[in-house]
Amino acid sequence: MDFLFIQFLNGLASASSLFLVASGLSIIFGVTRITNFAHGAFYMLGAYMAYTLTEHWSGALGFWGGLLAAAVAVAIIGALLEIILLRRIYQAPELFQLLATFGVTLVIEDLVIQIWGAEDLLGRRAPGLKGSVDIFGQAFPTYELMLIVLGPAVLGLLWLLFHKTRWGVLVRAATQDRMMVAALGVNQARLFTGVFALGIFLGALGGAVQIPREAVHNAMDLQIIVEAFVIVVIGGMGSVLGAFLASVLIGELNAFGILLFPKISIVLMFLVMAVILVIRPWGLLGRPESHARSALGTAERPIRPLGRGGRNAVLAVLLVLLILPVFGGSYLLNVATEVLIFALFAASLHLMMGIGGMVSFGHAAYFGLGAYGVALLVKFLEIPMAGGLVLAPLLAFTGAVLFGWFCVRLTGVYLAMLTLAFAQIAWSIVFQWDAVTGGDNGLLGVWPAPWASTPEAFYYLTLAICAVGVMMIRRIVFSPFGYTLRSCRDSVLRADAIGIDRQRIQWLGFILAGTFAGIGGVLFAYLKGSVFPDNISIPISVDGLVMVLLGGIQTVAGPVVGAGIYKALSIFIISETEFWKLILGTLIVILVVAFPQGVVGFAVDLFRRRDPDDGEAGEAPA
Amino acid sequence: MMLEVHGLESFYGRAHILSGVHLTAAKGEVVALLGRNGAGKTTTFASIVGLVPRCTGTRVFGGTDISGLATHEIVRLGLGYVPEDRRIFTDLTVEENLLVGQQPPREGAPTWTTEDLFDLFPNLAEMRGRLGGHMSGGEQQMLTISRTLMGNPSLVLLDEPSEGLAPKIVEQMAHAIIEMKKHGLSVVISEQNLHFARLISDRAYIIEKGRIRFDGTMAELDAQEEIRDAYLAV
Ligand SMILES: Nc1ncnc2c1ncn2[C@@H]1O[C@H](COP(=O)(O)OP(=O)(O)OP(=O)(O)O)[C@@H](O)[C@H]1O
Ligand SMILES: [Mg+2]
Repeated sequence: MDFLFIQFLNGLASASSLFLVASGLSIIFGVTRITNFAHGAFYMLGAYMAYTLTEHWSGALGFWGGLLAAAVAVAIIGALLEIILLRRIYQAPELFQLLATFGVTLVIEDLVIQIWGAEDLLGRRAPGLKGSVDIFGQAFPTYELMLIVLGPAVLGLLWLLFHKTRWGVLVRAATQDRMMVAALGVNQARLFTGVFALGIFLGALGGAVQIPREAVHNAMDLQIIVEAFVIVVIGGMGSVLGAFLASVLIGELNAFGILLFPKISIVLMFLVMAVILVIRPWGLLGRPESHARSALGTAERPIRPLGRGGRNAVLAVLLVLLILPVFGGSYLLNVATEVLIFALFAASLHLMMGIGGMVSFGHAAYFGLGAYGVALLVKFLEIPMAGGLVLAPLLAFTGAVLFGWFCVRLTGVYLAMLTLAFAQIAWSIVFQWDAVTGGDNGLLGVWPAPWASTPEAFYYLTLAICAVGVMMIRRIVFSPFGYTLRSCRDSVLRADAIGIDRQRIQWLGFILAGTFAGIGGVLFAYLKGSVFPDNISIPISVDGLVMVLLGGIQTVAGPVVGAGIYKALSIFIISETEFWKLILGTLIVILVVAFPQGVVGFAVDLFRRRDPDDGEAGEAPA
Repeated sequence: MMLEVHGLESFYGRAHILSGVHLTAAKGEVVALLGRNGAGKTTTFASIVGLVPRCTGTRVFGGTDISGLATHEIVRLGLGYVPEDRRIFTDLTVEENLLVGQQPPREGAPTWTTEDLFDLFPNLAEMRGRLGGHMSGGEQQMLTISRTLMGNPSLVLLDEPSEGLAPKIVEQMAHAIIEMKKHGLSVVISEQNLHFARLISDRAYIIEKGRIRFDGTMAELDAQEEIRDAYLAV
């Protein structure tokens, strides 16, 4: 009993930290509608700054002042980022904002390593709060008690700020209707900068107060950002009180989940989120978007088949790919094979988000299920490659059928978060079910049949499968089903009104996209000869998103090109320099600002402007 | 002149909505912009306050060229705007809604306090703490006008203030606008309802398909039956 109470207190203490971070994220989203992926990076930056400042400043004042000063300093950096970068992209579709802040995350991660090194840093303990108090005969750290108080105190202060100051009222008004706030003479730009700085301040403070509790390290950002997103979504995006309730829920869940369900502790949070979203699609205290906004802004420009110029370019690329083995060594072929696999993966993600309007943060699930499907078939049934190629995508298909059924009940960011939840559930099953999946050690020995085992042969096999896959996706996009899917994307209300069974159409789109991703995963497993939990993890999903957005969502070719550019760039940059995150992140940011239509969208625009007759006027399949 | 607009051309995407619209308002004058559904009234107002990205033409307010300014800069010069769809902050109380509109007093323009506005619209005084979302259409219309007046403007653009309101409330609106004029405020209203416009306006413009078709005093408009029949739904 006493032990349980202490565990309860532990849950509350971690809830406070989570709340600081999540409330900042939620406030930023509420007003600016920016889904700030870089929030975790600012949290990490807060911790590092606090570490440095408290090392230099002595005494109690130095410690507490250091934490506060660290948060303020990071907030100023955040404000600068808002002024320099985000202001340029407020009009861009929300996913591009996500992409830009992802780029910023990469940059910060690298800078942190350059400045503070790669080792874990142990911070100072809090003066005056080093000891512990006796609760039911158990020692409980005083610092944790302070944290328990901090959460509700910050909640109270935020409430006062938002209800008792004009600035706060303006922020609430802007959360609801930014244009009207401007029409009443309020300088939106300055308000947004202020809100962004406040949100970052809270996130950085969340990081700063961690230093007496845990080592400061350079992977803190990804760990916290996922949790913070989950909390914001559970609480309802833009709701501070919702974020508080959700933080307590997740804090306690983490504290007791370990005790009650040690086997599935990692996945518990996502399970809870999935359940809550299915029951309350807008989170605990959130509310539906008044006018469902297209996450991608695709409605403005319809997708069209490529014109003659575009088709010639495709043929030329295919030709180059066909003769690549003549002048490429086996290293180049391996890289090319991997790029091809990701091209199919990106095209499948594009089918889901660009055409189906369902943004997925968890597309890795289907890629990974394909890969594990084949590895399991090899391990338990010793199925040869031909059988594996045919049967393994079934696992991805099944996953898409199951997960998709839930996901299509939601829209927008909430749908995206549910896809992430399912992907994490799949990941943790793979990670924790040692007996079957090998856990962390993965499954080895997934080799192609002897006839396909040379780099050339496997390259051609991959080229054939991926080319056919992309062609099929293209067929689907321009088929009657593709049009129906797009009409569901463009207007949920209208599709519902004219009697289209939106959820069934989107479900079908979801399943198709998942299956194609699974085929990519199968090929990937054969290419590498092994599968690991990494193949089903968040970075793969993020890679997919970056590829699609980089290439542009207005054409089928976009994601394929995006995959090529991104994969080739990251492989090249990684091999050339140790600053690859810095460079890649900066490139992503520049690309988002310079080509909000994506690279291919930009090129197509360029050609269409020069030659408006290029490309069919109608939307008939070529 | 308080407000001078000449040769206004506005576009939504490729659609050319306004062609050469002109409009002026003197200090203390009430001017009506009349026209049917889709004639371009809202677009004219939105263009003046800088809410239409593709728009050219002369726009001068209180001697300042406002054509390149951002919406909030234009509004801060003392040009108040009340949108057609009212756009009350439904999550905020009446008093908070008013607070959002608050701007410092301005020379040469009437100054309004919350209490002045509660005098102007007594209904609002009884619901200071009520959420905007829990108000009737008429009450919301009063609130949206009051909110804009909190900015102490020297001119207000009122987009269809009588739309969808009960006759009794429409009458109250007319009284309020006459009261605003008495304070020395210039008012430009857009209307489909000629009877309402006639009650309060000194001059009128008629807009149809994005062009000004008539421009004159209310008495001149009354004399020209064929123009009214051609351009206004009766
Ligand atoms: N956002 C928009 N995009 C494209 N066209 C628009 C847009 N808003 C208005 N229009 C078109 O511009 C024209 C003028 O519209 P506007 O709203 O200015 O008319 P109005 O006179 O205010 O009509 P109402 O009396 O119905 O309010 C209409 O033909 C309308 O269809
Ligand atoms: Mg109108």
